[in-house]
Amino acid sequence: MNRRETLKSALATGLAVAASGKLAPATASEMVNLPFGNGERPLVAYPGKRPLIVLTSRPPQLETPFSVFDEGVFTPNDAFFVRYHLADIPLKIDPDAFRLSIQGKVDAPLSLSIDELKGGFEPVELAAVNQCSGNSRGFFEPRVAGGQLANGAMGNARWKGVSLKALLARAGVQAGAVQVSFQGLDRPVLPETPTFIKALDLDHALDGEVMIAYAMNGENLPWLNGFPIRLIVPGCYGTYWVKHLNEIKVLDAPLDSFWMKTAYRIPNNLCACTEPGKAPTSTVPIGRFNVRSFLTNIADGATLKANSNLNLRGIAFDGGYGVSDVAVSADDGKTWTEATLGENLGKYSFREWKANVSLEPGKHRLMVRAANRIGQSQRLEPLWNQPGYMRNVVEVTNVIAA
Amino acid sequence: MKNLTITFLLSLIAVASSAMAEPMVYQLPPETAELKPGPGVETAIVCTACHSADYISTQPSGRGKAFWQAEVQKMIKAYKAPIGEDDAAVIANYLAAAY
Repeated sequence: MNRRETLKSALATGLAVAASGKLAPATASEMVNLPFGNGERPLVAYPGKRPLIVLTSRPPQLETPFSVFDEGVFTPNDAFFVRYHLADIPLKIDPDAFRLSIQGKVDAPLSLSIDELKGGFEPVELAAVNQCSGNSRGFFEPRVAGGQLANGAMGNARWKGVSLKALLARAGVQAGAVQVSFQGLDRPVLPETPTFIKALDLDHALDGEVMIAYAMNGENLPWLNGFPIRLIVPGCYGTYWVKHLNEIKVLDAPLDSFWMKTAYRIPNNLCACTEPGKAPTSTVPIGRFNVRSFLTNIADGATLKANSNLNLRGIAFDGGYGVSDVAVSADDGKTWTEATLGENLGKYSFREWKANVSLEPGKHRLMVRAANRIGQSQRLEPLWNQPGYMRNVVEVTNVIAA
Repeated sequence: MKNLTITFLLSLIAVASSAMAEPMVYQLPPETAELKPGPGVETAIVCTACHSADYISTQPSGRGKAFWQAEVQKMIKAYKAPIGEDDAAVIANYLAAAY
């Protein structure tokens, strides 16, 4: 199909839908209301997934209901969020025929099957959080364009696969290489639309932690999370975690791609922020996560027992320096109570925390704040940037004690 | 004899299909989101060539013409949507009024 045909076909489909009037959904879907304006979303169970919050259906973008984060420190595969950019996503894959190619400035280009990846390299395992750059965008004030997500575009999993460093060593990186690019099976609808390709600087690609995962929480990757293999870039935003990864190129010049040069860029300052409504003077590609923490066992608006010992629990994470402290406050941040940290599952994982508070009767705002080993923390007031990235304000849960 | 031939052919097919691994397929649920009615919707339907209508409907409500003009221009300039300036104006007006 050329572009004109693509458009004609889409027009015909669209008009057919419009002419038929209101189409009943194939399966009655429950609705949820995310806590910001225009936050009504259907909950739909995609194959391999439990009912998730549908942000968009083509391409599929699914948000994890927040209650899932209280089920455990690892996010189940069937609840893990889904984010695609361009709508020609792979719907048919032959795992036996699938090959990962490593090309460009290498001594020996490689073309590897899944079996060769599994059998030909020492497996590596790592617990790591993946988080969308725009996680929590719906809470930005003033509101910004883009995927209007609440806090569910994040997840923690045990990834198993091959170290990118080992893979590149097998291919032999040549002198003059500066970046490595990554592309998956997904494509734009129109050939003119910039194809989704991302790049890492060579040093980052060779850090020994970036990996190509073929397993997630002990199972094959879910289809919508990049089956059969995806890139894992620990501590960094999901935009680099290329799904359905089938092409790696070692480059002798920085990648000249819309997805690096224009999209996924943040203000070039320490807070990655600007005054609300203002454009930044210069930008850099988005990189590592800032610090975040969440209360998971009490929902906003809950009524709790007054003057009793309340158990609070939740999760915290950062960009890989490691969470060092979590504290909670029930008095608008005047006083903070240290939380007890759970098992350390690695510096890229969610870290569980627990704390106890006692509340007098009345309304309270429960706050949680984390800090990491290099002293980065969270602010009481949110920061703002035009694309709606990297929200990490101290989260507040409103409760009533009675 | 005829039965034997059929049995033989069926067994051949069985052997062939077990030897060749089938590609795996993924079935997406049906798309149900639609554009809201309104003047210009017949022009704006072009947007749904590349993405479902919920890309539009989930944006913050009531952001006005400048917001939607910027979005339409982003689709044209960054994503190369083949939309002329006249249609771009019609689409932005439709989006600002309907959303």
